[in-house]
Amino acid sequence: MSVATAQRVIEFREALREAMIEEMRNDERVFLIGEEVAQYNGAYKVSKGMLDEFGSRRVIDTPISESGFSGMCIGSAMRGLRPIVEFMSWSFSLVAADPILNNAAKMLYMSGGQFGCPIVFRGNDGAGGQLASTHSWCVESLYANVPGLKMAIPYDPYDAKGLLKTAIRDDNPVFFLESERLLSTTGHVPEEEYTVPFGQALIRSEGTDCTLISFGRPLHFCLEASEELAKEGIYCEVIDGRTIRPLDIDTMVHSVRKTNACVVVDQSWSFASVGSEIASQIHAICFDDLDNYVHRVHSDDVPTPYSHNLEQAYLPNTRKICEAVRAATYNA
Amino acid sequence: MNDANTTGVEASGVPQTMQKMSKIDLAPIPNEGVLLGWLRQMLLIREFEVRTMQAYQNQLIGGFCHIYIGQEAVAVGSIAAVNDDDPIVLAYRDHGHALARGMDPKYCMAEMFGRIGGCAKGKGGSMHMFDADHYLYGGHGIVSAQTPLGAGLAFATKYEDEILKGGKSSHVTLCFLGDGALNQGCFYEAMNLASLQDLPVIYVLENNRYSMGTAIDRGTSMAEELHVKSEAFGIEHAIVDGKNVIDMYRKFKSIADWCREESRPFFVEAQTYRYKGHSMSDPRKYRTKEEESREEENDCIDLLTTFLTEEFDFTKDALKQMNKQVKVQIRDSVTWANNSPETPMDEMYKDVYTDTWGPYTGTSKPEMLEEGGET
Repeated sequence: MSVATAQRVIEFREALREAMIEEMRNDERVFLIGEEVAQYNGAYKVSKGMLDEFGSRRVIDTPISESGFSGMCIGSAMRGLRPIVEFMSWSFSLVAADPILNNAAKMLYMSGGQFGCPIVFRGNDGAGGQLASTHSWCVESLYANVPGLKMAIPYDPYDAKGLLKTAIRDDNPVFFLESERLLSTTGHVPEEEYTVPFGQALIRSEGTDCTLISFGRPLHFCLEASEELAKEGIYCEVIDGRTIRPLDIDTMVHSVRKTNACVVVDQSWSFASVGSEIASQIHAICFDDLDNYVHRVHSDDVPTPYSHNLEQAYLPNTRKICEAVRAATYNA
Repeated sequence: MNDANTTGVEASGVPQTMQKMSKIDLAPIPNEGVLLGWLRQMLLIREFEVRTMQAYQNQLIGGFCHIYIGQEAVAVGSIAAVNDDDPIVLAYRDHGHALARGMDPKYCMAEMFGRIGGCAKGKGGSMHMFDADHYLYGGHGIVSAQTPLGAGLAFATKYEDEILKGGKSSHVTLCFLGDGALNQGCFYEAMNLASLQDLPVIYVLENNRYSMGTAIDRGTSMAEELHVKSEAFGIEHAIVDGKNVIDMYRKFKSIADWCREESRPFFVEAQTYRYKGHSMSDPRKYRTKEEESREEENDCIDLLTTFLTEEFDFTKDALKQMNKQVKVQIRDSVTWANNSPETPMDEMYKDVYTDTWGPYTGTSKPEMLEEGGET
């Protein structure tokens, strides 16, 4: 990335907020709704101050009623409003599975092109830290299975803002997966208007020996692993997929053709996952380019444990990623 | 634009007690022409359903198919009581409402035939009738899924009228549900939200007394006092005779006017009966033939015909004539549906997303809208 002087640095949550504020100023059809988004200023302070600017008709508190308010917002999107629905946690989206999967994702198809669903569902995804199993869902593998929705997972504040603006402008339903553990991280976000398009992966660090593919928070561990492995003379190319639907498989394939090795890091469970899908596609497209099968790092195949030591051992981490890269490149 | 007084943490208008409609004044009985129009609509729906069952038995229609015969007065009387641009959303027993709203029966039939001429290009089938030109936001197959959508449509019209246009809320949404939907949680979430947000939505319970094979008192608590379901949310309610289209209309009109004026939700129980099974495969062993005959004696079409005969000298010949016209129209719609080509393969990848990427090829509107709806 280019280094400018006096770059503006803000928090991830501020970047999300800026995206919403700017789009709400641009388009009166956009509104924010969810539990504690208004008077409480957001359970994670993402929407802090927005009630003051937009009023209670456009920054709307709901009761704890995901199925009801998700369905309600889908109904409003069918008429052309553009809701941003905040799930305090994507874990809570499970009680709204019918509206978000059956209605949002399929409305355009089922109505033969008559009624679309321009809606964004956003909130925390993944382990927040000792929240135990029901509150630590990584929904990406579960929901990415469904055609009709788009899915974005930002890693840094720049992408958080740029991808969220794209999501709000999209005429299709977008599942926008944030991480509680990233909300306080900081990064450069320019003052001027920009968006980040869907379906364009970002090479976060270049390398020649192994392609390391991930989304969202585990990228942090991928980048750490990449530095550690460089000391051993193994150079990773770290790719941030940015969006899962659409998936920029081309950038991944291009990299694998160069490195001939690939590790996918996916924080959801391994069975029938985003990681297994990417590995499958790479195997099919890069069959003759690979020196080894695609290795994968996931959370362990158990419900998320509460205990600190177990949870740490359960999640993808730098050590596991290093081991996978060494194995994939025959350096184990 | 939003104004300053909409901001803030002051006590909102959240209802803490029931917001009562003072009294349901019956709207006047419409003139003969209107009543004849309703009779024609009910005959049309019944004939359409008869031909639907035939086509199903001839395997021209597949999947699940739910017949509306017996309940025609509910759709006709309630839809007549609202404006043409008031949104409608409902469950899967949806053919009658689509026709009552003005969809040309040929598009409805072609949809069930799985043809490109169908209202949803053959992608939805019997349970999913959509018509943007007629503000019909779908039949929905998952029981009660439409109830939050109904709140959302009302949310949208209110938002459009008040925030985008800066005026007064001027629409009312009709959200139909069967008695089976009373036991899904999302209905109660939807009513709570509708009450909190003052949404102008009428939940029209079509109580035909059976959710599939389960009699209402076996599956629903307080089955004889269903008004308590809405009272819990401070939502006003009424019972209407769903077999009497005139009664249906007269009460419904004043209810709809009140909802529109006050921007409040309402819960209407329309008491009715479905003559046929839950779906085409239902042998109806859970109820007696005697019960069915008793209910069929009190038929919505007969009731209106009798009224018209007594009040306006409506003759048997006139009825025969009307029946004949309806039969011709439905026969023509079956022919039209049959002649419509099967949905072509390239439609498989259309309408998944509005834009083109990967295997998805964007979206396109059905023929029905291209032709600008019915002629």
